[in-house]
Amino acid sequence: MGLNLAGFEGSGSFSKGVHPPDHKEFSKDAPIEVLPAPSRVVVPLLQNIGAPSECVVKAKQEISMGDVIAKPTGFVSVPIHSPINGKVQKSTNVTLPNGRHVPAIPIKAEGDQLEGQALMEDVLGGEWPKDVAGSYDPKEISAAIQNAGIVGLGGATFPTHVKIMPNDERPVDALIINGCECEPFLTPDYRVMVEAADAVICGALLAAHAVGAKNIVVGIEANKPKAVQTMKQAAEGTGVKIAVLKTKYPQGSEKHLIVAVTGRKVPPGKLPLDVGVVVSNVGTMAAVARAVLRGKPLTHRVVCVTGGGIATPKNLLVPIGITYGELIDYCGGLKPDAARIISGGPMMGFSFTDLEMPLTKGASGVTVLTNEDVKKAAETACVRCGRCVDVCPLNLVPSRLAIASRNKKFDVAERYHIFTCVECGCCAYTCPASLPLVQLIRMGKAAITASRKK
Amino acid sequence: MNEHAEKKEKQGAADALRLQVASSPHLSNASFTTRRMMLDVLIALLPVIGMALYVFGMFAVKQILICLVSCLVAEALFTKMRKRPIPLDDGSATVTGVILALSLPGPAPWYVGVIASFVAIGIGKVLFGGLGMNIFNPAMVGRAFVMIAFAGSMAAAGYVDATSTVDAVTKATPLTLFQQAGVITPLKDLFLGTTNGSLGEVSALACIAGGLYLCIRRTASWEIPAGVITAVVVCGILAGISGPGTEWTVLHHLFGGALLFGAFFIATDPVTSPLAPKGKFIFGLGVGAIVMLLRLFSGYPEGVMFAVLLMNAITPLINRWMIPKPFGAVKEETKKAS
Repeated sequence: MGLNLAGFEGSGSFSKGVHPPDHKEFSKDAPIEVLPAPSRVVVPLLQNIGAPSECVVKAKQEISMGDVIAKPTGFVSVPIHSPINGKVQKSTNVTLPNGRHVPAIPIKAEGDQLEGQALMEDVLGGEWPKDVAGSYDPKEISAAIQNAGIVGLGGATFPTHVKIMPNDERPVDALIINGCECEPFLTPDYRVMVEAADAVICGALLAAHAVGAKNIVVGIEANKPKAVQTMKQAAEGTGVKIAVLKTKYPQGSEKHLIVAVTGRKVPPGKLPLDVGVVVSNVGTMAAVARAVLRGKPLTHRVVCVTGGGIATPKNLLVPIGITYGELIDYCGGLKPDAARIISGGPMMGFSFTDLEMPLTKGASGVTVLTNEDVKKAAETACVRCGRCVDVCPLNLVPSRLAIASRNKKFDVAERYHIFTCVECGCCAYTCPASLPLVQLIRMGKAAITASRKK
Repeated sequence: MNEHAEKKEKQGAADALRLQVASSPHLSNASFTTRRMMLDVLIALLPVIGMALYVFGMFAVKQILICLVSCLVAEALFTKMRKRPIPLDDGSATVTGVILALSLPGPAPWYVGVIASFVAIGIGKVLFGGLGMNIFNPAMVGRAFVMIAFAGSMAAAGYVDATSTVDAVTKATPLTLFQQAGVITPLKDLFLGTTNGSLGEVSALACIAGGLYLCIRRTASWEIPAGVITAVVVCGILAGISGPGTEWTVLHHLFGGALLFGAFFIATDPVTSPLAPKGKFIFGLGVGAIVMLLRLFSGYPEGVMFAVLLMNAITPLINRWMIPKPFGAVKEETKKAS
């Protein structure tokens, strides 16, 4: 299907990958609702890749929405802000769905809260002028992003200011905005593109100005025609291009998005910057626009609560630090056949059972799968059919990696490039023998990393 | 306090649902399992079996039943001896049985099929650790054993049954006819399969039909038959150039003997062939080249079995040489890394 985008050599797709059923039907047509202000939030102090943040408030201190509660502890680290007006409680520890134990600051709501339509207007609504980017100093934009504590909202949670900053050594010619949302079930990026396209485009223009990128391309999978339409409208006259990409998992993976749009391949261990590209998610761009134009930090995000195991799937604007349990309750609770609750989507998300876990900046939603969804054939022997090789978007040999990891033959695993694996799950999704390939590869990576530290 | 109790209760309700945790991905493609793969092979073998029944009649029925039952019994017996759950339902022993039967001559006595089956499953597969662990194609291990142990029933003469009422079985196989008497069987007969030979090999058409189904389903990798056919065509053309005048053309090489049956159904056994696409193609090239070497220069009229077994032996090496380069990797870097 060719991309037909002047100046870009991508084919609109990448080799290999899989086509899981997209299941966007549960929540894609539900407009973003504002979750009523909670009585309490618990804000974890590590919500990004990189260094944790350091608490700067004391118990019983009164704070307002947007106040800094934790400061960054390095360059690849971000401040964290209070999402509500209230009083700080004694700090605690929480476990996140990914299994990490991190300190967290509970805040009890007190007084009036910004909520409902007013909050929506503040975060995504209102005017987003598209001709102001030039009037900002690039460094100013980068600083505003850093002060707002913005991290990649697509799930990678890499601090955004590290990417969106002027860089003289490695010039950037294209800023690619990731609107693929290739994970099955998830819809928050889709809703943001449909309902707040102006904010996304405005943020993209600011970010492109900051990195000095001449080209801006928004990549959207072909299964989201409505988002393509609203984004095209919003982009009119700004020079921002919309690339309609083939619907295939993992199209939203950074490296695969870059190759689909530009035809350039990012080598293993290298960054998009090495091929002159910066990639950021659509939700992140809306947060950037808000941070630069309105001076507001990242305290809320759009999530979906979706899947066959949830009574009323919804898209919600929620404060960071709300518990997953409250989101599920607001959507009518779990259905009797709910089998697995996942933070994120079913291909790469983390399953958990403790509903008291707080939501972090990088969580794009909650997917509740049913018994039918998670049904899996019993594991049988690997017959080396090579289907995992056929689908691995990084061109690895997953079965070899997994079996070497299982047998603790780590030298073999390294020879087969185990650290290039991004754990996208294509192999395990496809495996006719139902081998837990990704799980075994993760174990292998962890064991090798541990032995290197010794 | 009240709030706390309420939360406890909610968590209790969630726990009552038997929520599970597991490593991602949480979805799997349930439509394609190992069993389904084996079923695919059996479906693809239908035209071949049909042709065998048409040409050889009761010879085919008898041989297929003997091998099928013997393989299932052998699988049950040997896995029981290893104190493992008996995996008859995975369909792999069924596939081995049918392919083995189709690679034998119809008139071969019953004990040849039985012994071949027990060797195939016992020594060819279970001894190595069962499904997925064997180095050599089990059916070919079984066939190689009886070919040497019962040379009389398996060599050229074994294919001919003078007392038979089945027309095809009263003649020598096309490859033997050519090697010993220089008789050229018409291409049309080779293509349709109205000749003598092992049960499954006679009809090129049936092998191609079944083979294409396997390749389209991706149950067999197209790279392997493509490699085999490429090598046979290239070697055949070279042989034609170096020894002109013969009427045994490249097409005779392709459609005659077990070549297509071997290329689509035997060499494509995933367990004993390489993992990555490039390796599969090289494996196919090797099989084709060895087949031609044996056909042109050895005392045997046919060489598919030995070709597959020899290439099976170097499959681990091919896997080692052909580690695919990761996405975006540049040559120098892979060198440095290794």
